[in-house]
Amino acid sequence: MNIIKTNLDEYAIVVQGLTKHYGDVTAVDHISFEVRIGEIFGFLGPNGAGKTTTIRMLTGLIKPDEGGAFVAGFDILKNPVEAKQRIGVVPEVSNAYVDLSAWRNLILIGRLYGVPQSKLQENAISLLKEFGLYEVKDKTVRSFSKGMRQRLLLCMALINDPEVLFLDEPTSGLDVESARLLRDKVAQYNREGRTIFLSTHNMEEANQLCHRIAVINHGKIAAIDSPENLKAKSMELQYIEVVFDKLVDLRDFSDSPDIVKISPLGNRLRVYTANPSAVVEFLVDFAKRNRLKILSINTMMPSLEDVFLKLIRGEGAVVK
Amino acid sequence: MNRLIEQFKRSLVIAGKNIRIYYLKGPVIIFGLVFPLFLTLAFIIGRNISLRELLPGLIGMTAFFTATAVGPSIVPWETRSRTLERLLCCPVTLWAIVLGDILSSFVFGIIISTIPLLLTLSLAVGTLDFVTLFLGLIIANLCFSALSVLLSAYPPTDVPATSMMLSSLVKFPLVFVSGVFIPLEYLPQLGIAVASLSPLTYLVDLARHLILKTGFYPLTLDFVVIIIFTALFMFVAVKLHERGLVKRLS
Repeated sequence: MNIIKTNLDEYAIVVQGLTKHYGDVTAVDHISFEVRIGEIFGFLGPNGAGKTTTIRMLTGLIKPDEGGAFVAGFDILKNPVEAKQRIGVVPEVSNAYVDLSAWRNLILIGRLYGVPQSKLQENAISLLKEFGLYEVKDKTVRSFSKGMRQRLLLCMALINDPEVLFLDEPTSGLDVESARLLRDKVAQYNREGRTIFLSTHNMEEANQLCHRIAVINHGKIAAIDSPENLKAKSMELQYIEVVFDKLVDLRDFSDSPDIVKISPLGNRLRVYTANPSAVVEFLVDFAKRNRLKILSINTMMPSLEDVFLKLIRGEGAVVK
Repeated sequence: MNRLIEQFKRSLVIAGKNIRIYYLKGPVIIFGLVFPLFLTLAFIIGRNISLRELLPGLIGMTAFFTATAVGPSIVPWETRSRTLERLLCCPVTLWAIVLGDILSSFVFGIIISTIPLLLTLSLAVGTLDFVTLFLGLIIANLCFSALSVLLSAYPPTDVPATSMMLSSLVKFPLVFVSGVFIPLEYLPQLGIAVASLSPLTYLVDLARHLILKTGFYPLTLDFVVIIIFTALFMFVAVKLHERGLVKRLS
């Protein structure tokens, strides 16, 4: 890969033309992007889009068929061990050793990272206390709940004090409290200077945490931007939710050129538009003309979920 | 060089983890302790041969069964319990992981196969070159352990019992063609040719040299062939595990 040195100083992850085939299927198709140092980078996509394959290539588990990547300044193809030494990973399909205690699991991973013994003990105690597992450190992981196991996996990913943290669906299947704790910790570790690469299905999580988001679909990057910019670029997904005191005929709204689509939801009408102020005026006028009372009217920005669905379904799926 | 030493240290950490987790698993105890014990009893009881003459076969058989008891189950178990991906995320090369698995299998083998070795020592004092025999046993245990980890590579299953069963399909015929029950000099040409393909043949021959002074091949050749088999098994094990990795992770 021809990546100039200055880029590597600025970016924690540089991906260029990364491609992976499984037989006839192209799981990841020539994707390229960069993740800045200190950024929380969200990686979104539907099931089978290529998220996990991308993470597995970036964390050195599988080799790409084409392209390459630099992680923490190291080429994942030429120096996979050096790159892995500087990252922490919570894989999607992963577990701690259930026959070992939480303590033994942490010490095992720490030794595999070559963390010096005194530093290892110190890190292990500190992490177990931070994640509320210190009291149960000598119990085997077999007796742990899913939330406790996930917290332990995060401890294991942090034991080497990594520069870059890869999290593949870290809050999937967790109860609300554990998921919130994990999200808070991710934000905290980012504030402390770590770069976070977060793959998630949870749009709210991505919206809250991520500085930038990449949406991958059918192995290709569909969009990369900040959550706010992604939403702003999809202004046609704005809608006005209005409730009249009587039922109305939707055909009466065909007079307004600004209305893109109308969806009735119970007694509410969801009116999609790229020009909300004009449509609000139209709706008020419409109510006066037809002697209707407006019980409520709200202008709603598109959610990240709306943008995501638009991107993965293609233009016009939501807006007709 | 430093990188190699660092990776070797991590192999030792993996071996320690395996010892802690897998030695007490049911299939390991059955295939590594119960099975060789009963096979040994069947081998000894009711045969009109002195115990001293039985010792080379006994040493070979014990080493072979115990050193191959742990290896076949580790990777399938790690795949099934979803710890393999966690392990692979660490800064450890695949060869270091495979070596760690081999070493844990080796330690199990060397501990158990010391029992017939001590029996040999009690019977064959005086003329016995114990150091050479122990060295041969160490190299052979490493060789059998490498074979066992190689046998866990294909098919890339996540069912330890399947891996154990398939490895038994290879192990049992090898015991019968390796001069354990019938010394090589009594075998026909075809039998000798088949026996020469088994690494166990060379340990049994080595033990016959040192205990009975009646080896078939030169002693040096026994050592060299076992070392070649060890290197070959290790190399192929790493390559096959590498090839099956994507399937295991999917």
